[in-house]
Amino acid sequence: MDLDLMITSFPKLLGATVVTLKLLSASLFFGLFLGLFFAILRLNKNIFINKFAYGYSYIFRGTPLLVQIFIIYFGLGQIEYLRTTFLWVILKEPYWCAIIAFTLNTGAYTSEILRSAFQTIKPGIIEAGKSLGISNKIIFYKIQIPIAIRQSLPAYGNEIILMMKGTSLASTVTLMDLTGVAKYIISTTFKPIEVFIVAGGIYLFMTFIIHNVIKYLEKKYSFQQ
Amino acid sequence: MELLAFGKTGWGDELFYATLMTIAVSITAMLVGFFFALIFTPLKLSKYKTLNLVGNFYTTVIRGVPELLVIYLFFFGGSGAIMYVASIFGYYEYIEINAFITGSMAIGIISGAYSTEVFRGAIQSIDKGQFEAAKVLGINKFGQFYKIILPQMLRLAIPNLSNVWQITLKDTSLISVTGLVEIMRQSYIAAGSTRDPLFFYSFAAVLYLLLTYVSMKLINKLEARYSRGH
Repeated sequence: MDLDLMITSFPKLLGATVVTLKLLSASLFFGLFLGLFFAILRLNKNIFINKFAYGYSYIFRGTPLLVQIFIIYFGLGQIEYLRTTFLWVILKEPYWCAIIAFTLNTGAYTSEILRSAFQTIKPGIIEAGKSLGISNKIIFYKIQIPIAIRQSLPAYGNEIILMMKGTSLASTVTLMDLTGVAKYIISTTFKPIEVFIVAGGIYLFMTFIIHNVIKYLEKKYSFQQ
Repeated sequence: MELLAFGKTGWGDELFYATLMTIAVSITAMLVGFFFALIFTPLKLSKYKTLNLVGNFYTTVIRGVPELLVIYLFFFGGSGAIMYVASIFGYYEYIEINAFITGSMAIGIISGAYSTEVFRGAIQSIDKGQFEAAKVLGINKFGQFYKIILPQMLRLAIPNLSNVWQITLKDTSLISVTGLVEIMRQSYIAAGSTRDPLFFYSFAAVLYLLLTYVSMKLINKLEARYSRGH
Protein backbone atom coordinates (compact mmCIF):
# COMPACT_ATOMS: atom_id res chain seq x y z
CA MET A 1 0.00 0.00 0.00
CA ASP A 2 1.32 3.36 -1.04
CA LEU A 3 -0.32 5.75 1.40
CA ASP A 4 1.57 8.77 0.05
CA LEU A 5 0.11 8.23 -3.40
CA MET A 6 -3.38 7.96 -1.92
CA ILE A 7 -2.92 11.25 -0.08
CA THR A 8 -1.41 13.13 -3.01
CA SER A 9 -3.96 11.84 -5.52
CA PHE A 10 -6.94 12.68 -3.32
CA PRO A 11 -7.08 16.44 -4.11
CA LYS A 12 -6.64 15.73 -7.84
CA LEU A 13 -9.47 13.24 -7.78
CA LEU A 14 -11.62 15.58 -5.73
CA GLY A 15 -11.12 18.28 -8.35
CA ALA A 16 -12.22 15.84 -11.04
CA THR A 17 -15.31 15.03 -8.99
CA VAL A 18 -16.54 18.55 -9.78
CA VAL A 19 -16.56 17.63 -13.48
CA THR A 20 -18.47 14.43 -12.69
CA LEU A 21 -21.03 16.33 -10.65
CA LYS A 22 -21.46 18.96 -13.35
CA LEU A 23 -22.06 16.28 -15.98
CA LEU A 24 -24.45 14.47 -13.68
CA SER A 25 -26.53 17.47 -12.68
CA ALA A 26 -26.79 18.84 -16.23
CA SER A 27 -27.87 15.53 -17.71
CA LEU A 28 -30.33 14.82 -14.90
CA PHE A 29 -31.85 18.29 -15.26
CA PHE A 30 -32.39 18.03 -19.03
CA GLY A 31 -33.15 14.31 -18.80
CA LEU A 32 -36.01 14.85 -16.38
CA PHE A 33 -37.77 17.20 -18.80
CA LEU A 34 -37.10 14.90 -21.73
CA GLY A 35 -38.35 11.93 -19.72
CA LEU A 36 -41.50 13.74 -18.67
CA PHE A 37 -42.13 14.79 -22.28
CA PHE A 38 -41.78 11.23 -23.58
CA ALA A 39 -43.79 9.76 -20.70
CA ILE A 40 -46.67 12.05 -21.70
CA LEU A 41 -46.28 10.94 -25.31
CA ARG A 42 -46.41 7.32 -24.17
CA LEU A 43 -49.78 7.96 -22.56
CA ASN A 44 -51.11 9.49 -25.77
CA LYS A 45 -53.86 7.48 -27.45
CA ASN A 46 -52.53 8.18 -30.95
CA ILE A 47 -50.71 4.99 -31.93
CA PHE A 48 -47.98 6.76 -33.95
CA ILE A 49 -47.04 9.14 -31.17
CA ASN A 50 -47.19 6.27 -28.73
CA LYS A 51 -45.00 4.01 -30.87
CA PHE A 52 -42.52 6.83 -31.49
CA ALA A 53 -42.05 7.37 -27.76
CA TYR A 54 -41.76 3.61 -27.21
CA GLY A 55 -39.19 3.34 -29.99
CA TYR A 56 -37.10 6.10 -28.41
CA SER A 57 -36.99 4.43 -25.03
CA TYR A 58 -36.45 0.97 -26.55
CA ILE A 59 -33.45 2.06 -28.60
CA PHE A 60 -31.77 4.01 -25.83
CA ARG A 61 -32.36 1.31 -23.23
CA GLY A 62 -31.34 -1.50 -25.55
CA THR A 63 -27.93 -0.16 -26.58
CA PRO A 64 -24.89 0.53 -24.43
CA LEU A 65 -24.32 4.13 -23.35
CA LEU A 66 -20.82 3.92 -24.84
CA VAL A 67 -22.27 3.40 -28.33
CA GLN A 68 -24.54 6.40 -27.85
CA ILE A 69 -21.67 8.67 -26.83
CA PHE A 70 -19.53 7.49 -29.73
CA ILE A 71 -22.32 8.04 -32.27
CA ILE A 72 -22.83 11.57 -31.02
CA TYR A 73 -19.18 12.52 -30.53
CA PHE A 74 -17.49 10.75 -33.45
CA GLY A 75 -20.47 10.08 -35.71
CA LEU A 76 -22.38 13.34 -35.94
CA GLY A 77 -19.28 15.34 -36.81
CA GLN A 78 -19.10 13.38 -40.02
CA ILE A 79 -22.26 14.95 -41.40
CA GLU A 80 -21.01 17.90 -43.47
CA TYR A 81 -24.25 19.82 -43.15
CA LEU A 82 -24.11 19.84 -39.36
CA ARG A 83 -20.72 21.48 -39.45
CA THR A 84 -22.19 24.55 -41.11
CA THR A 85 -25.00 25.07 -38.62
CA PHE A 86 -24.83 26.65 -35.19
CA LEU A 87 -25.20 23.16 -33.70
CA TRP A 88 -21.56 22.57 -34.51
CA VAL A 89 -20.53 24.96 -31.76
CA ILE A 90 -22.07 22.48 -29.33
CA LEU A 91 -21.22 19.23 -31.09
CA LYS A 92 -17.53 19.87 -31.40
CA GLU A 93 -17.17 20.03 -27.63
CA PRO A 94 -16.79 16.61 -25.98
CA TYR A 95 -18.34 18.09 -22.85
CA TRP A 96 -21.63 18.91 -24.56
CA CYS A 97 -21.62 15.68 -26.57
CA ALA A 98 -21.36 13.74 -23.33
CA ILE A 99 -24.20 15.75 -21.80
CA ILE A 100 -26.39 15.19 -24.88
CA ALA A 101 -25.74 11.44 -24.78
CA PHE A 102 -26.37 11.20 -21.03
CA THR A 103 -29.52 13.31 -21.33
CA LEU A 104 -30.96 11.11 -24.09
CA ASN A 105 -30.04 7.99 -22.14
CA THR A 106 -31.42 9.04 -18.77
CA GLY A 107 -34.45 10.55 -20.55
CA ALA A 108 -35.33 7.11 -21.91
CA TYR A 109 -35.13 5.46 -18.48
CA THR A 110 -36.91 8.36 -16.79
CA SER A 111 -39.76 8.21 -19.31
CA GLU A 112 -40.31 4.53 -18.42
CA ILE A 113 -40.24 5.29 -14.71
CA LEU A 114 -42.70 8.19 -15.04
CA ARG A 115 -44.97 6.29 -17.42
CA SER A 116 -45.42 3.43 -14.97
CA ALA A 117 -45.95 6.00 -12.20
CA PHE A 118 -48.70 7.71 -14.20
CA GLN A 119 -50.33 4.37 -14.91
CA THR A 120 -50.46 3.40 -11.26
CA ILE A 121 -52.42 6.53 -10.31
CA LYS A 122 -55.85 5.33 -9.28
CA PRO A 123 -58.59 6.49 -11.70
CA GLY A 124 -60.67 7.47 -8.68
CA ILE A 125 -58.30 10.33 -7.91
CA ILE A 126 -58.70 11.79 -11.40
CA GLU A 127 -62.46 11.25 -11.28
CA ALA A 128 -62.60 13.01 -7.93
CA GLY A 129 -60.82 15.96 -9.50
CA LYS A 130 -63.22 15.99 -12.43
CA SER A 131 -66.30 15.84 -10.25
CA LEU A 132 -64.97 18.86 -8.34
CA GLY A 133 -65.06 20.71 -11.64
CA ILE A 134 -61.30 21.07 -11.99
CA SER A 135 -60.13 21.44 -15.57
CA ASN A 136 -58.16 18.61 -17.22
CA LYS A 137 -55.06 20.73 -17.45
CA ILE A 138 -55.04 21.55 -13.76
CA ILE A 139 -55.81 17.92 -12.87
CA PHE A 140 -52.72 16.96 -14.83
CA TYR A 141 -50.36 19.57 -13.41
CA LYS A 142 -51.64 19.75 -9.85
CA ILE A 143 -52.79 16.18 -9.22
CA GLN A 144 -51.25 13.69 -11.61
CA ILE A 145 -47.71 15.07 -11.81
CA PRO A 146 -47.16 15.45 -8.04
CA ILE A 147 -48.49 11.95 -7.41
CA ALA A 148 -46.40 10.50 -10.23
CA ILE A 149 -43.26 12.16 -8.89
CA ARG A 150 -43.83 10.70 -5.46
CA GLN A 151 -44.57 7.24 -6.89
CA SER A 152 -41.43 7.24 -8.97
CA LEU A 153 -39.00 8.49 -6.31
CA PRO A 154 -37.48 5.09 -5.37
CA ALA A 155 -36.96 4.06 -9.01
CA TYR A 156 -35.68 7.51 -9.92
CA GLY A 157 -33.20 7.35 -7.06
CA ASN A 158 -31.76 4.21 -8.62
CA GLU A 159 -31.63 5.96 -11.97
CA ILE A 160 -29.64 8.85 -10.46
CA ILE A 161 -27.08 6.40 -9.08
CA LEU A 162 -26.91 4.54 -12.41
CA MET A 163 -26.43 7.85 -14.20
CA MET A 164 -23.68 8.87 -11.78
CA LYS A 165 -21.88 5.67 -12.71
CA GLY A 166 -22.66 6.35 -16.36
CA THR A 167 -20.86 9.70 -16.30
CA SER A 168 -17.62 7.72 -15.98
CA LEU A 169 -17.93 7.04 -19.71
CA ALA A 170 -17.20 10.70 -20.35
CA SER A 171 -13.56 9.73 -19.85
CA THR A 172 -13.69 7.82 -23.15
CA VAL A 173 -14.23 11.06 -25.06
CA THR A 174 -11.21 12.83 -23.54
CA LEU A 175 -13.04 14.44 -20.61
CA MET A 176 -11.13 14.39 -17.35
CA ASP A 177 -13.84 13.40 -14.93
CA LEU A 178 -13.26 11.33 -11.78
CA THR A 179 -12.72 8.09 -13.71
CA GLY A 180 -10.64 9.85 -16.36
CA VAL A 181 -8.24 11.29 -13.79
CA ALA A 182 -8.17 7.98 -11.89
CA LYS A 183 -7.20 6.19 -15.09
CA TYR A 184 -4.52 8.79 -15.79
CA ILE A 185 -3.00 8.37 -12.33
CA ILE A 186 -3.16 4.57 -12.59
CA SER A 187 -1.47 4.51 -15.97
CA THR A 188 1.34 6.84 -14.85
CA THR A 189 2.02 5.24 -11.45
CA PHE A 190 0.90 1.62 -12.04
CA LYS A 191 -0.71 1.54 -8.62
CA PRO A 192 -4.29 0.54 -9.53
CA ILE A 193 -5.41 -0.64 -6.10
CA GLU A 194 -4.54 2.56 -4.21
CA VAL A 195 -6.20 4.79 -6.82
CA PHE A 196 -9.21 2.51 -7.01
CA ILE A 197 -9.71 2.77 -3.25
CA VAL A 198 -9.63 6.59 -3.30
CA ALA A 199 -11.71 7.08 -6.48
CA GLY A 200 -14.11 4.27 -5.56
CA GLY A 201 -14.46 5.79 -2.12
CA ILE A 202 -15.49 9.12 -3.59
CA TYR A 203 -18.06 7.40 -5.83
CA LEU A 204 -19.40 5.40 -2.90
CA PHE A 205 -19.69 8.56 -0.83
CA MET A 206 -21.75 10.19 -3.57
CA THR A 207 -23.94 7.06 -3.84
CA PHE A 208 -24.44 7.20 -0.09
CA ILE A 209 -25.51 10.87 -0.20
CA ILE A 210 -27.91 10.35 -3.13
CA HIS A 211 -29.39 7.28 -1.47
CA ASN A 212 -30.08 9.15 1.75
CA VAL A 213 -31.48 12.27 0.08
CA ILE A 214 -33.94 10.11 -1.86
CA LYS A 215 -34.87 8.24 1.30
CA TYR A 216 -35.51 11.55 3.05
CA LEU A 217 -37.66 12.81 0.15
CA GLU A 218 -39.63 9.57 0.08
CA LYS A 219 -40.40 9.96 3.74
CA LYS A 220 -41.28 13.63 3.34
CA TYR A 221 -43.68 13.07 0.47
CA SER A 222 -45.24 9.81 1.62
CA PHE A 223 -48.90 9.62 2.53
CA GLN A 224 -49.60 10.80 6.04
CA GLN A 225 -51.08 7.76 7.69
CA MET B 1 -23.55 -1.87 -48.00
CA GLU B 2 -20.16 -2.83 -49.45
CA LEU B 3 -18.62 -1.75 -46.18
CA LEU B 4 -20.30 -4.76 -44.63
CA ALA B 5 -19.17 -7.25 -47.28
CA PHE B 6 -17.63 -10.47 -46.04
CA GLY B 7 -14.03 -11.18 -46.95
CA LYS B 8 -11.15 -8.80 -47.44
CA THR B 9 -13.08 -5.89 -48.94
CA GLY B 10 -15.59 -5.29 -46.15
CA TRP B 11 -16.03 -5.49 -42.42
CA GLY B 12 -18.88 -8.00 -42.39
CA ASP B 13 -16.93 -11.05 -41.23
CA GLU B 14 -14.92 -9.04 -38.70
CA LEU B 15 -18.10 -7.65 -37.18
CA PHE B 16 -19.67 -11.10 -37.20
CA TYR B 17 -16.80 -12.57 -35.18
CA ALA B 18 -16.86 -9.52 -32.93
CA THR B 19 -20.53 -10.20 -32.22
CA LEU B 20 -19.69 -13.79 -31.33
CA MET B 21 -17.00 -12.44 -29.01
CA THR B 22 -19.52 -10.15 -27.31
CA ILE B 23 -21.84 -13.11 -26.79
CA ALA B 24 -18.98 -15.26 -25.47
CA VAL B 25 -17.84 -12.58 -23.01
CA SER B 26 -21.41 -11.94 -21.84
CA ILE B 27 -22.10 -15.62 -21.20
CA THR B 28 -18.76 -16.16 -19.44
CA ALA B 29 -19.32 -13.05 -17.33
CA MET B 30 -22.83 -14.17 -16.46
CA LEU B 31 -21.51 -17.58 -15.34
CA VAL B 32 -18.71 -15.96 -13.33
CA GLY B 33 -21.43 -13.78 -11.82
CA PHE B 34 -23.50 -16.83 -10.85
CA PHE B 35 -20.44 -18.28 -9.19
CA PHE B 36 -19.99 -15.13 -7.12
CA ALA B 37 -23.71 -15.00 -6.37
CA LEU B 38 -23.54 -18.58 -5.14
CA ILE B 39 -20.88 -17.52 -2.63
CA PHE B 40 -22.31 -14.18 -1.56
CA THR B 41 -26.06 -14.92 -1.43
CA PRO B 42 -25.66 -17.33 1.54
CA LEU B 43 -23.41 -14.74 3.21
CA LYS B 44 -26.08 -12.06 2.87
CA LEU B 45 -28.75 -14.40 4.22
CA SER B 46 -26.59 -15.76 7.03
CA LYS B 47 -27.57 -15.15 10.63
CA TYR B 48 -24.00 -14.12 11.49
CA LYS B 49 -23.48 -10.36 11.40
CA THR B 50 -19.86 -10.57 10.19
CA LEU B 51 -20.82 -12.71 7.19
CA ASN B 52 -23.66 -10.30 6.42
CA LEU B 53 -21.16 -7.48 6.48
CA VAL B 54 -18.91 -9.22 3.95
CA GLY B 55 -21.85 -9.89 1.64
CA ASN B 56 -23.16 -6.34 1.91
CA PHE B 57 -19.70 -4.91 1.35
CA TYR B 58 -19.40 -6.76 -1.95
CA THR B 59 -22.79 -5.74 -3.35
CA THR B 60 -22.61 -2.15 -2.10
CA VAL B 61 -19.13 -1.43 -3.40
CA ILE B 62 -19.65 -3.02 -6.80
CA ARG B 63 -23.04 -1.43 -7.36
CA GLY B 64 -21.84 1.99 -6.18
CA VAL B 65 -18.66 2.26 -8.25
CA PRO B 66 -18.66 2.78 -12.04
CA GLU B 67 -18.11 -0.32 -14.16
CA LEU B 68 -15.32 1.40 -16.05
CA LEU B 69 -13.33 1.94 -12.84
CA VAL B 70 -13.65 -1.77 -11.96
CA ILE B 71 -12.46 -2.67 -15.45
CA TYR B 72 -9.44 -0.35 -15.13
CA LEU B 73 -8.63 -1.97 -11.77
CA PHE B 74 -8.61 -5.40 -13.40
CA PHE B 75 -6.88 -4.26 -16.54
CA PHE B 76 -3.99 -2.52 -14.78
CA GLY B 77 -3.97 -4.60 -11.61
CA GLY B 78 -4.87 -8.07 -12.88
CA SER B 79 -1.49 -9.36 -13.94
CA GLY B 80 0.19 -7.66 -10.98
CA ALA B 81 -2.09 -9.52 -8.58
CA ILE B 82 -1.54 -12.87 -10.32
CA MET B 83 2.22 -12.30 -10.33
CA TYR B 84 2.14 -11.50 -6.63
CA VAL B 85 0.33 -14.75 -5.89
CA ALA B 86 2.73 -16.63 -8.17
CA SER B 87 5.73 -15.09 -6.40
CA ILE B 88 4.53 -16.63 -3.14
CA PHE B 89 4.86 -20.01 -4.82
CA GLY B 90 8.30 -19.09 -6.10
CA TYR B 91 7.45 -18.16 -9.69
CA TYR B 92 8.96 -14.81 -10.71
CA GLU B 93 8.49 -14.68 -14.50
CA TYR B 94 6.22 -12.08 -16.09
CA ILE B 95 2.66 -13.32 -16.44
CA GLU B 96 0.23 -11.71 -18.84
CA ILE B 97 -3.45 -12.54 -18.67
CA ASN B 98 -5.35 -12.11 -21.89
CA ALA B 99 -8.04 -9.50 -22.36
CA PHE B 100 -10.82 -12.06 -22.54
CA ILE B 101 -10.15 -13.38 -19.04
CA THR B 102 -9.59 -9.91 -17.54
CA GLY B 103 -12.76 -8.62 -19.19
CA SER B 104 -15.05 -11.47 -18.27
CA MET B 105 -13.72 -11.49 -14.70
CA ALA B 106 -14.35 -7.75 -14.31
CA ILE B 107 -17.82 -7.86 -15.88
CA GLY B 108 -18.53 -11.11 -14.04
CA ILE B 109 -17.84 -9.58 -10.66
CA ILE B 110 -20.16 -6.68 -11.52
CA SER B 111 -22.87 -8.99 -12.80
CA GLY B 112 -22.42 -11.17 -9.71
CA ALA B 113 -23.35 -8.29 -7.43
CA TYR B 114 -26.64 -7.83 -9.28
CA SER B 115 -27.29 -11.60 -9.38
CA THR B 116 -26.67 -11.81 -5.64
CA GLU B 117 -29.38 -9.23 -5.02
CA VAL B 118 -31.77 -11.09 -7.31
CA PHE B 119 -31.17 -14.47 -5.64
CA ARG B 120 -31.47 -12.95 -2.19
CA GLY B 121 -34.81 -11.39 -3.09
CA ALA B 122 -36.05 -14.62 -4.66
CA ILE B 123 -35.10 -16.79 -1.69
CA GLN B 124 -36.62 -14.33 0.75
CA SER B 125 -39.93 -14.36 -1.11
CA ILE B 126 -40.26 -18.15 -0.87
CA ASP B 127 -42.82 -19.07 1.75
CA LYS B 128 -41.31 -20.09 5.09
CA GLY B 129 -43.60 -23.13 5.12
CA GLN B 130 -41.61 -24.63 2.24
CA PHE B 131 -38.43 -24.69 4.30
CA GLU B 132 -40.27 -26.11 7.30
CA ALA B 133 -42.13 -28.75 5.27
CA ALA B 134 -38.86 -29.91 3.73
CA LYS B 135 -37.32 -30.16 7.18
CA VAL B 136 -40.31 -32.06 8.58
CA LEU B 137 -40.14 -34.57 5.73
CA GLY B 138 -36.58 -35.33 6.81
CA ILE B 139 -34.96 -34.17 3.60
CA ASN B 140 -31.29 -33.39 4.13
CA LYS B 141 -29.91 -29.86 3.73
CA PHE B 142 -28.57 -30.56 0.26
CA GLY B 143 -31.89 -31.93 -0.98
CA GLN B 144 -33.76 -29.07 0.68
CA PHE B 145 -31.82 -26.55 -1.30
CA TYR B 146 -31.53 -28.29 -4.67
CA LYS B 147 -34.90 -30.04 -4.87
CA ILE B 148 -37.22 -27.70 -3.01
CA ILE B 149 -35.83 -24.18 -2.84
CA LEU B 150 -33.83 -23.85 -6.07
CA PRO B 151 -36.64 -24.80 -8.52
CA GLN B 152 -39.02 -22.36 -6.84
CA MET B 153 -36.37 -19.70 -6.59
CA LEU B 154 -35.51 -19.94 -10.29
CA ARG B 155 -39.07 -19.20 -11.32
CA LEU B 156 -39.08 -16.05 -9.20
CA ALA B 157 -35.57 -15.05 -10.22
CA ILE B 158 -35.80 -15.39 -14.02
CA PRO B 159 -37.55 -12.06 -14.78
CA ASN B 160 -34.96 -10.16 -12.72
CA LEU B 161 -32.08 -12.25 -14.04
CA SER B 162 -33.11 -11.21 -17.53
CA ASN B 163 -32.49 -7.62 -16.43
CA VAL B 164 -29.07 -8.65 -15.12
CA TRP B 165 -28.35 -10.31 -18.47
CA GLN B 166 -29.26 -7.09 -20.30
CA ILE B 167 -26.99 -5.05 -18.03
CA THR B 168 -24.16 -7.56 -18.47
CA LEU B 169 -24.55 -7.59 -22.24
CA LYS B 170 -24.37 -3.81 -22.41
CA ASP B 171 -21.48 -3.65 -19.94
CA THR B 172 -19.35 -5.82 -22.22
CA SER B 173 -19.06 -2.81 -24.54
CA LEU B 174 -16.82 -1.24 -21.87
CA ILE B 175 -14.24 -4.01 -22.23
CA SER B 176 -13.34 -2.45 -25.56
CA VAL B 177 -11.08 -0.06 -23.59
CA THR B 178 -8.83 -3.02 -22.78
CA GLY B 179 -8.41 -3.89 -26.46
CA LEU B 180 -10.53 -7.04 -26.61
CA VAL B 181 -12.03 -7.14 -30.10
CA GLU B 182 -15.75 -7.27 -29.48
CA ILE B 183 -18.47 -5.27 -31.26
CA MET B 184 -17.41 -1.90 -29.88
CA ARG B 185 -13.69 -2.35 -30.46
CA GLN B 186 -14.23 -3.73 -33.97
CA SER B 187 -16.47 -0.77 -34.82
CA TYR B 188 -13.79 1.56 -33.48
CA ILE B 189 -11.18 -0.07 -35.71
CA ALA B 190 -13.48 -0.06 -38.73
CA ALA B 191 -14.54 3.54 -38.11
CA GLY B 192 -10.91 4.60 -37.86
CA SER B 193 -9.78 2.94 -41.05
CA THR B 194 -12.76 3.91 -43.23
CA ARG B 195 -13.39 7.33 -41.64
CA ASP B 196 -17.04 6.45 -41.40
CA PRO B 197 -17.76 6.43 -37.65
CA LEU B 198 -21.44 7.32 -38.01
CA PHE B 199 -22.16 4.20 -40.03
CA PHE B 200 -20.14 1.77 -37.93
CA TYR B 201 -21.27 2.99 -34.53
CA SER B 202 -24.88 3.01 -35.71
CA PHE B 203 -24.39 -0.51 -36.98
CA ALA B 204 -22.93 -1.47 -33.59
CA ALA B 205 -26.08 -0.04 -31.98
CA VAL B 206 -28.19 -2.19 -34.31
CA LEU B 207 -26.17 -5.29 -33.37
CA TYR B 208 -26.68 -4.61 -29.67
CA LEU B 209 -30.40 -4.04 -30.21
CA LEU B 210 -30.57 -7.32 -32.10
CA LEU B 211 -28.78 -9.14 -29.29
CA THR B 212 -31.05 -7.70 -26.60
CA TYR B 213 -34.15 -8.41 -28.69
CA VAL B 214 -33.26 -12.04 -29.42
CA SER B 215 -32.18 -12.75 -25.86
CA MET B 216 -35.42 -11.26 -24.53
CA LYS B 217 -37.41 -13.64 -26.75
CA LEU B 218 -35.39 -16.62 -25.52
CA ILE B 219 -35.70 -15.60 -21.88
CA ASN B 220 -39.46 -15.19 -22.24
CA LYS B 221 -39.64 -18.80 -23.44
CA LEU B 222 -37.56 -19.92 -20.48
CA GLU B 223 -39.80 -17.96 -18.17
CA ALA B 224 -42.90 -19.63 -19.60
CA ARG B 225 -41.25 -23.02 -19.09
CA TYR B 226 -40.44 -22.39 -15.46
CA SER B 227 -43.87 -20.96 -14.69
CA ARG B 228 -45.74 -24.06 -15.79
CA GLY B 229 -48.48 -24.69 -13.31
CA HIS B 230 -48.64 -21.10 -12.11
